[in-house]
This record gives sequence, C-alpha cells and structure tokens, in this order.
Amino acid sequence: MKHRESEHAAGPVLRIEKRTQEMRGYMSWGIRAGALIAALLVCAVIIWAIVRINPLRVYAAMFQGSFGTKNKMWVSIRDICMLVCIGVGLAPAFKMRFWNIGAEGQILVGGLAAAACMIYFKNLPTGVLLLMMLPLSAIAGGVWGFVPGVFKAKWNTNETLFTLMMNYIAIQLTAYFVALWENPFGSNTVGVINGITRAGWFPEILGQKYLLNVIIVAVLVVGMYFYLRNSKQGYEIAVVGESENTARYAGIRVPHVVTRTVTISGAICGIAGFLAVAGASHTISTSTAGGKGFTAIIVAWMAKFNTFVMVLIGALLVFLDKGSIEIATQFGLSDHVSKMLTGIILFFVLGSEFFIEYKLHFRAANKEVAK
Amino acid sequence: MRQLISLWQAGIVFGTVILFGSTGEILSEKGGNLNLGVPGIMYLGGIMGLVGSFYYERACAAAGIAPIAIVCVLITLVCGFAAGILGGLLFSFLTTTLRANQNVTGLTLTIFAGGFANFFGGSLMKLAGGVGQISVAATSAAFRTRLPWLSSELGVFSETIFHYGFMVYLAVALAIFLGWYIQKTPIGLNLRAVGESPATADAAGIPVTKYKYLATAIGGGISALGGVYYVMDYMKGTWDADGGIERLGWLAVALVIFAGWKPKHGIWGAYLFGLLSWLFFYIAGLSRRSSELFKMLPYAVTVVVLIIASLRRRRDNQPPAALGLPYFREER
Repeated sequence: MKHRESEHAAGPVLRIEKRTQEMRGYMSWGIRAGALIAALLVCAVIIWAIVRINPLRVYAAMFQGSFGTKNKMWVSIRDICMLVCIGVGLAPAFKMRFWNIGAEGQILVGGLAAAACMIYFKNLPTGVLLLMMLPLSAIAGGVWGFVPGVFKAKWNTNETLFTLMMNYIAIQLTAYFVALWENPFGSNTVGVINGITRAGWFPEILGQKYLLNVIIVAVLVVGMYFYLRNSKQGYEIAVVGESENTARYAGIRVPHVVTRTVTISGAICGIAGFLAVAGASHTISTSTAGGKGFTAIIVAWMAKFNTFVMVLIGALLVFLDKGSIEIATQFGLSDHVSKMLTGIILFFVLGSEFFIEYKLHFRAANKEVAK
Repeated sequence: MRQLISLWQAGIVFGTVILFGSTGEILSEKGGNLNLGVPGIMYLGGIMGLVGSFYYERACAAAGIAPIAIVCVLITLVCGFAAGILGGLLFSFLTTTLRANQNVTGLTLTIFAGGFANFFGGSLMKLAGGVGQISVAATSAAFRTRLPWLSSELGVFSETIFHYGFMVYLAVALAIFLGWYIQKTPIGLNLRAVGESPATADAAGIPVTKYKYLATAIGGGISALGGVYYVMDYMKGTWDADGGIERLGWLAVALVIFAGWKPKHGIWGAYLFGLLSWLFFYIAGLSRRSSELFKMLPYAVTVVVLIIASLRRRRDNQPPAALGLPYFREER
C-alpha cells in the first residue's frame, strides 16, 4: 500500500491525456505519413524475408507492375476509381456511425441491375442503355441499404450483422442469376456480355476506355465532399454521428436521417457495381465485388471521410495490390500477399490515430505533472 | 433415412466449425470487445495448425519414422491456439491500448489474416522447396479418428452421435463450460461487468484492461480452433484458397447474435446453421439455380432472428451494453 502511495505521489511513469485542442492539420497528417513509412519498412522486411531480394528493387518492380506502362496505369486508375467510388458511398453512413459492412452486397445488386439491363435491353442504343443502367443500379444498391437502415432506425436492429448478412444474400442472388444467364451453357459463368455489339459498355472518350469511370467518380467525389461539408443534410449526418441525443434535442428526426443516409450510401455503392460491370469487366460473377467493399471501409475511415484524401489512399492500396501481385507472379507465389501487406499498413495507420488523439506525458519529461 | 443421416452428419461437421468461432467470440464480446476479426483469427488458426503439422510430418518423413498421432494433434492444436491468441492480442492492443475503432480494426485483422493464411497456404510448399499442394494426411487422419466401439456398434446412434473426430465433442464441452464459467463464477461476473459498464467495473476495482485483454486473447484462441477443425477435418488436411473459412467465420459472428450471447444456445444454433447450409444438397430435383437460392437460408434466417431479437427487446438476450465502445478512464 505504502509503495503504491509513493508511486502515486510521483505520478505514473506514463500518463495519457486526450488532446483538448485538435492537432494542427499538418501535424496529424505528418504522424499518419510517419506510420505509413514505418509500415512500408516492415513490409519491406517481410518481402525480403520471403524472396531475399533488395526491397528497394521490389518496390521499383511493384511500381512497374502497377503504373509501369500506359495500359497498366489505366487499369490501376480504373481500380482506384472503383475503390474511391465505394469509399465515397460509405462515407456518409460511417460518418453517421452506421457501420455499413454491406458494401459488397450493395455493389453486387447494383452490378446485377446493370447486367440485367445489358442482357434484356441489348437492342437499345448504348447511350440510352447507360442512362437506364445508372439509376437502376443506384436503386438496387439503395434498396440493399434501405432495408437494414429502416430496421436500424425503427427498432435499433444491429446494422453491422444485418448488412453483413445482406452481403451473402446478394452473393447467392448473384449465383442464381449467373446460373440463369450462363453463357455458354454449362460454364457457370456469364461470360462477356454483348461482346460484339458492345451495348451497354462504357464508350471510349478521347480514345480512353476508362475515362468515363474517372468522370463519374470525380463527380461523386466532389459532390459528396460538399454534401457532407456544406449541406443541411451533411450537417444532420455529423450531428447524429456525434450524439443521437443531441440530434434529437436539436429537433433532427433521427430515424428519417438514418434511413435516408443509408439509402444514399447503398445507392452510391450500387453505382460502383454499375462501374464494375459496364465500365470494367463487362460481366457479372459472385466475385465482382471481390472484397473491395471491405477494403473501401478502411479507405473511407482512414481518409476521415475527406473524399479527396480517399483518392490518395485508394491509389496507395491499388499500388500495393497490383505491385505485390506482380512480385508474386514473378516468384510463382500466391498473390494473396497483397492483402497481407495491406493489412499491415492499415494496422500501423490505425495505431497512429492514438498519437493524434492523445498526448503522452512521461514522468521524467514533465516535472510539473508530479506535483 | 440414409439421406437424413448424411444431412445430419454434414450439419454437425459444418456446425462445429462455427461453434468454435462463436464460442470464442462470445467470450470476447462479454468483455465488451466486438471482434470482427473472427474470420481472420480462424484463418490464422487454420494455417498455423497446418504449418505446424506440416513441418512435423516432414521432419518425421526425413527421419524415416511414422508420425505419432497424438503428437500430430497436440502440435496442431497448440500452434492453432497460439495463433488465435496472438490475433486476439493484436486486436486488444489496437483497440484497448491504442483505442482504435473496433469495427475497423476487426475488419483489418480479417483482411490481413486472410492474406497471410492464403499466402502461406498457397506458397508454403514452394517456400519449403517442394511442389504441389500441402497435405498433412497423418494429422488429418488423427483428427478424424473416431471412438472405438461407440462409433460402430450402436446402429443409428453410432452414425448420428459418435460418428465424428474428438473436436466435435470438444466444441460442445467448451461451449457448455464457458457458458457456466461466464454465468456462475466470480471471474465470469467481473467479465460481464466489464462488458456491461467498464466505468462501474473500474470503480469496483476490477482491472478492466486486463479482463479485456484476457477475454479477447483466449476467445481468439478458441475461435482459432474452428479454423483448425476446418482444415484438418472438413478439408481433410489440405488448404482451401476459396475463402471458405471467411464465410464460416462471418456465420460464427452471426451465430453469436442468434444465440443471444449464450454459448449453450450456440450449440444447437450452430447445428441448425449447418443443416440449413447443406439442405440444398439433399432436396431431390433441385436445379443448380434454385440450390443457390437455398444456400441463402442460413443468412436469411439470421436476418430474421436479428429482427425478432430487436423487436422483442427481451432483457436476457441483449448484447453487452458497452459492446464495441472504447473505455478510457479519464473520459467518463
């Protein structure tokens, strides 16, 4: 007991305090960048341990693999667009502290809607078809968000698990339609839809087939940025996210805001499905979402819902993904290594948030604390 | 009849994987940690168990002796359990010590561990200088050894109850034991206090951080056994790179809700999920298309249960009040 008292008098060796003032922007981004560099170093060590070649050369090869040629660069840009689109969709839900783990499902049903249009209305001109696919995908994704949203709003049903289960329901629904639309018969894949007529494919703009993806996502990025920052609805989302009670006292109709926000979130993820089908693979399968719905959660979270920062983080993740696949193929190893490296980087960045939110006081350094 | 028995057996085997996962997760959630890294932890358990037995069997082959069954089993269990504990500790360190968001941390753990496990599952043979896929026949056989006499002489009982390797019974025993431990012992009471209201527990002198760490780490170890069982029994000692573990891991998370945070309800819930998951296989005249719709059943049932649970709001099957929330003494 005595020992404890004396220890108490001197103050604990390490004391943690929440920062009362928010850290300056450049400081907090500096810490995040530091965490990122530390993570890349750890990854380098791991890569070295596995393949025994100079990590710098590995990173150079990874860069070659992701942005090395014009073609590869555009494929990477396309994938960044996809990731950012989902992240933009998740941002309002997560800002409201609604844990929408269901992006995978929302992407898939959006993709299904797009694929259905391409299959059943293949005789329409592409322009009309695309204008029809976009809203239908958004509606499909929106419904997939609305259902868990409305239950959360009315009966506080756990949204994490609800949206998660909706993913698997969407996967099975996709499997059903893949079996229905399979081409050629017996292959259990849909194959490239409208491969000859290219009906419902994104047209080339200025000779670039993925430019339309960039344009759509850019519109969403800018739109969501201002929606969250400057609109009344964005303000309501922020208040509900901070405290539902405060929101209620302020006269915000919380159930209404929750349902609306989650529907919007799902709708944008549905549009991501449209991008994946009409703007990238031109087919649909149960792996069309391929885990991007989960990765995008982290994109949105790490960017602190700033949609422009999402573009940077998306670029980093795609670089890692493509780069490590390149390395894995060169060495005949499993390309799952990219997920492992992504995970390590995320761990570091998640951990670094602590040093942004809290101040550490060491006893030796802070004498006045001891008094 | 034949069909029914074989459906039952498939259901039990399937259920055992998620029973381990959910029992571990209940322990962790009782301490207030919503660990969405369960699928990842099951991945870790599966791969590390496989790696451990793989090296043991290789060493035996090099020495020219036959692997001893009991050693195979022990090495696999210890490796798998330890991997799960490490996963749980990593989660606790990030969420309890560094106060990172639990949802995001859990998902990250699942992404990382999925990559880690699939990478080594796919590349271990090449890294170890061999060719082909890894396979640990001796260990898998040891895991699938059934009880003598009981498993052959009792007719229907043998086929339905004593048809499995020891892990099936271990899962049930663990679930019953933990249910009792959490509900009836002082330590269990403290743990529940930490999960319901860490501030109150802290004021009462319960070391909140220690409880959170221990519950999540041991819970991780138990969940990881689900991965071990999946690899050794369900996959018969080979690696499945199709993400089967991840699917089952999410079902394990759902089962926690389904069971109302009570391990003993998890037991029949797990087998029910197992039966529903395999039902499509045993319904005559089902086209491939409609069987895909049938595979939706366990997920749809979970959704229905979730909704009913939230509508009824019964006091005794609600989540721990502080589930998923970080605790920081100075922020009360």
